[in-house]
Amino acid sequence: MDAIYIKAFVESISNVFTMMVQLPIEINAPTLRKETSPSFDVSGIIGLSGDIVGSCVLSFPKQTALKIVEKFCGQLYEPDDPDFADAIGELTNMVSGGAKGSIEGKNASISCPSVIIGEGHTVAIRQDTPCVVIPCSTDLGDFVIEIAIKEAAVNVAAA
Amino acid sequence: MKIMLIDDSKTMRNIQKAVLKQLGHTEIEEACDGQDAMSKVGAFAPDLLLVDWNMPIMDGITFVRTFRKTNKTTPMIMVTTESEKARVIEAIKAGVNNYIVKPFTPDLLCQRINETMQKISSAT
Repeated sequence: MDAIYIKAFVESISNVFTMMVQLPIEINAPTLRKETSPSFDVSGIIGLSGDIVGSCVLSFPKQTALKIVEKFCGQLYEPDDPDFADAIGELTNMVSGGAKGSIEGKNASISCPSVIIGEGHTVAIRQDTPCVVIPCSTDLGDFVIEIAIKEAAVNVAAA
Repeated sequence: MKIMLIDDSKTMRNIQKAVLKQLGHTEIEEACDGQDAMSKVGAFAPDLLLVDWNMPIMDGITFVRTFRKTNKTTPMIMVTTESEKARVIEAIKAGVNNYIVKPFTPDLLCQRINETMQKISSAT
């Protein structure tokens, strides 16, 4: 995966969490996810389409998600409250949108966010797309951002 | 001043509402997508609309184009994660008066609202 994509998401997640959650993030060394492995308990997912295709997943342990949502929204929501998922979705939306906007020369769209809540769930990604996992540390706990994107295949028929 | 917030995220509407209340604006109507906004905007008759771009059912840019067919004057500010220059130009051409990229600070939201309303009042 082109480092420019990783840089875009790293900068975006730092920007979103600092500005909207007032929560500085320490970015740890990215690794390549080799096979489908369980995510944490709460995952926000956004799809990208256009010149770049794939997905961005923010995945949190339950307790970390609860604390981050409480700081973001100013009140505590339980995971079964629709506002909890809404907040996770909006964070994922801002991170993905910010990263997309900083990748120059690529025209892409992002989907509306989806949120999965449940212990030990797995977010499967396309096997032909590399997935980079970036661990993030905060005072409220650790979480990961998983980026699985690649440049779209050129449509020869349309060219 | 009556303000309509159009965003599919209740979290984002709550954040905007909190900032607006700090500014003294309490007459606020909410809509969760463009279609919901179209059904409410006539009765509420807002003085300002804050519109998200990416929403289900009817997105923000479609709402702006649809609303501008019958209302040329009520100011609209796009509040969105879409930060590319081409998107900003597309939104301005569709009829928005100002543009805010998420994430934003409360100060930036205040500033954009104030400058938008000042431009409108000085033009009339």
